[in-house]
Amino acid sequence: MVEKFNLGKHISGKFNEELDTVMNKVLAMGGLVEKQLTDSLAAIQTSDQEVAERVLASDGKINKLEVEIDGACTQIIAKRQPTASDLRLILAIIKAISDLERIGDEAERIAHVAMETFSKDQAHLLVSLENLGQQVLSMLRQVLDAFARMDQEAALAVHQQDANADRQYEALTRQLMTYMMEDSRSIPKIMDVLWAARSLERIGDRCQNIAEYIVFYVRGKDVRHVSAESMEDTVKGVR
Amino acid sequence: MSAQETPMIKTEMNPAGSAEKMENLKTKLEVRDLRLKYGNDEALKGINLEIPENRVTAFIGPSGCGKSTLLRCFNRMNDLVDSCTITGEIRLDGENIYAPKVDVAELRRQVGMVFQKPNPFPKSIYENVAYGLRLQGVNDRRTLDEVVESSLRGAALWDEVKDRLNDNAFGLSGGQQQRLVIARAIAIEPEVLLLDEPASALDPISTLKIEELINELKEKYTIVIVTHNMQQAARVSDFTAFLYMGQMIEHADTNTLFTMPAKKQTEDYITGRYG
Repeated sequence: MVEKFNLGKHISGKFNEELDTVMNKVLAMGGLVEKQLTDSLAAIQTSDQEVAERVLASDGKINKLEVEIDGACTQIIAKRQPTASDLRLILAIIKAISDLERIGDEAERIAHVAMETFSKDQAHLLVSLENLGQQVLSMLRQVLDAFARMDQEAALAVHQQDANADRQYEALTRQLMTYMMEDSRSIPKIMDVLWAARSLERIGDRCQNIAEYIVFYVRGKDVRHVSAESMEDTVKGVR
Repeated sequence: MSAQETPMIKTEMNPAGSAEKMENLKTKLEVRDLRLKYGNDEALKGINLEIPENRVTAFIGPSGCGKSTLLRCFNRMNDLVDSCTITGEIRLDGENIYAPKVDVAELRRQVGMVFQKPNPFPKSIYENVAYGLRLQGVNDRRTLDEVVESSLRGAALWDEVKDRLNDNAFGLSGGQQQRLVIARAIAIEPEVLLLDEPASALDPISTLKIEELINELKEKYTIVIVTHNMQQAARVSDFTAFLYMGQMIEHADTNTLFTMPAKKQTEDYITGRYG
């Protein structure tokens, strides 16, 4: 960790230690969030109540880590007055963990849907979530990996995948609406599935946010709310 | 590395907000390929720099990087060092201050200096401030009274000393003495104020007072400050120049330099990785 981030070269060993500890906690939090999403998707696919309950029970750990990391970052700012890349790292961390925490919340929401009982002829609705779920899970894994290495190219790749996730979400919505029109009694259940799809789509957006923080750390340029081409130019070092 | 290879970095934008563009400001001091040797040691290796008017410019860099030497060139204090040879130019409002016809005493009136340790004269507070004017032959009591008051007010010291102007200046605290020295410097209405580590011998509260004062003084004067305290440079300056081993590595607006330095050496220094 220390070498990868060039964190270990401060004159102050204590500062190195503090940054290292915070970064390790962020990665641990990322691991937990990834587990939550994996579990909630599994719960949806297999209607496994036990797994879904585990997801609901684990969210507290993520929240606790978020608070811990925020506190540690506050102390670093107060005591060390970080500048330049150190400052950008702290800012990227503070922002990334708030997105991670929200991804955890979305996973929890998906687990709630998994706990609903679906009749046999409705079960296929849940299966339709599979594609989008796997796509978003893959984005989350990639963006966490990119964050651990502060790899801006990998971040850009994740960022570009979100358009695909959005398209899948749109197709899924249309499909679910057709079911609703066919049989209005199924609307409440289909709404639940739609909410889960919505959660997955939001997770994709949050992965995109984290990708933007990685580019901010590496390049020092804010690539939020800019066009995809402009972000690509930033990553490639074109003005 | 020669001066040609280290071009001045002018920044167009920065992540911390709108940066002031150096080229939009009037240049007060212009340094052109300045080289300075102490004997055979080259302390400044071709410095190029523009210092904008009515702004605070900070020089940062490790000990021995040449920042104090550069500062002392601005009022030709290095003339006093025997083994010192200087080539290149420094222009004050376009006039080379190293031209033969320049009156050094007049230059030093235009370019005042405050040192690291407060150095009041062993005189009363009043006489300390009036000293420069008396040297210029001003002895009219009313004029002196006015200048002493306005200078002490300018240095944010008036309220603390107005009832004891005739007390010895040594009775003041370190922070007060430093503000007294600043009052003495501004009493002769310089155009540029050079501050060499003005707060390094002071407690944190006095330091903040001096920093606040610097912020007020830039309305009237162009200020150049040398500081070892990077956070102080970040707090008080509009522009920052990073010097290393006699070369100017990077010169940019302070917001940019402290958030997104262009050179790795600058980054390493300001984040505490130097060494």
